[in-house]
Amino acid sequence: MLTKRIIPCLDIKDGRTVKGINFIDLRDAGDPVELGAAYAQQGADELVFLDISATNEKRKTFSQLVKDIAIHVNIPFTVGGGISSVADVAPLLEAGADKVSINSAAVKRPELIDELAKAFGSQFVVLAIDARKVDNHWLVHTHGGKQPTDKKLFSWAKEGQERGAGEILFTSMDHDGTKQGYAIDPLSKLNQLLRIPVIASGGAGRMEDFLEAFVIGKADAALAATLFHFGEIKIPVLKEYLRSKELLIRF
Amino acid sequence: MKVAVIKYNAGNIRSVAFALERLGVTFTITDDPEEIRSADKVIFPGVGEASTTMQYLTERKLDTVIKNLKQPVLGICLGMQLMCAHSEENNTPCLGIFDETVQFFKPTHQQKVPHMGWNSLNLSKGWLNQDLEGEFVYFVHSYFVPISKQTVATTEYILPFSSALQKGNFYAVQFHPEKSSNAGELVLKSFFEKSR
Repeated sequence: MLTKRIIPCLDIKDGRTVKGINFIDLRDAGDPVELGAAYAQQGADELVFLDISATNEKRKTFSQLVKDIAIHVNIPFTVGGGISSVADVAPLLEAGADKVSINSAAVKRPELIDELAKAFGSQFVVLAIDARKVDNHWLVHTHGGKQPTDKKLFSWAKEGQERGAGEILFTSMDHDGTKQGYAIDPLSKLNQLLRIPVIASGGAGRMEDFLEAFVIGKADAALAATLFHFGEIKIPVLKEYLRSKELLIRF
Repeated sequence: MKVAVIKYNAGNIRSVAFALERLGVTFTITDDPEEIRSADKVIFPGVGEASTTMQYLTERKLDTVIKNLKQPVLGICLGMQLMCAHSEENNTPCLGIFDETVQFFKPTHQQKVPHMGWNSLNLSKGWLNQDLEGEFVYFVHSYFVPISKQTVATTEYILPFSSALQKGNFYAVQFHPEKSSNAGELVLKSFFEKSR
């Protein structure tokens, strides 16, 4: 049977991983290739690499990095950050990325989803949505969660699916960084509403949080960053725990 | 050993190439019929849509080349589906190497389509290394090949379907060995070592 996926997310700036990284066994924990390969070896099911470099000039070096990742990492990976056109995506896929994630650019111009799905297939397109609760509504935010929009999480996710997104990566800005657990209610609503997979993101602090996201939130995958980078939760231990709770987990 | 990877508009050629490099296999990526025919082993990758891909192959006469190959050929994902008789994806006649018709998964309330992620293999005897029994491999597909005499491994999602096939010199897998970690590497090794 299909297993639930555990996905570490790496933020990349100027070709290096950022956010505190505290991996003891690596020669160079700032090297995304080495870190990605280490996660793959530990049993991560997929990886996400987000390029947070500011300029287009630096983005060109990102596709070289994607190629290095593809050479060394033997599990699927998604890349994202600043993608706003079919032309941005082609070199990343050519370099060996399995999926791309889009966020602010799709909010600004939703047709981007249709264009990417048509050019490369839905399975390549991950729609990342950052949202927070404002006056009892889950409002979509862009630019790393800083800028509010008038879009609502559920209708936007549904529209994304209809336009051809293959997966939704939902981050609750209210939960991100709190380590108090994923946003379970909206997750479970998304999963009832959609027929494409949903990745939970933002708020993981304990192994129980992953269990909740999968069992109550019905998420297909759960993503975390610093928690894994700091070694606070080790992937093999997490997977063993989830298996002991009778979840279907790859080991 | 000369390995040819068939070059066409498939989305995963690069990933397949990297996986072969990791295994230390030397290969050429080619759409030259002579080079494909003279290779010891041939890999037919595939990510994309059935009808446009068949059209692409037919226009370049690669359909006839592939069907008539005598050496071991490994079809991957869409490559495997195109080796079947017919696909429900835009009602497409395919290469007809395997007898089956490729069918669309009907989503259920609990189980979404595409079938995307890691799922396990149940082997019957065949070319796959027996250590792969129960191992997890990575799938991304909305269409499946039903179980038949040519099935050598099954996987369950919505229903049991063929995750690997063989007929004579033609071998095929529905999943992506190039993305399936150590298990995927063992699948590729099985093909290189056991096929003849």
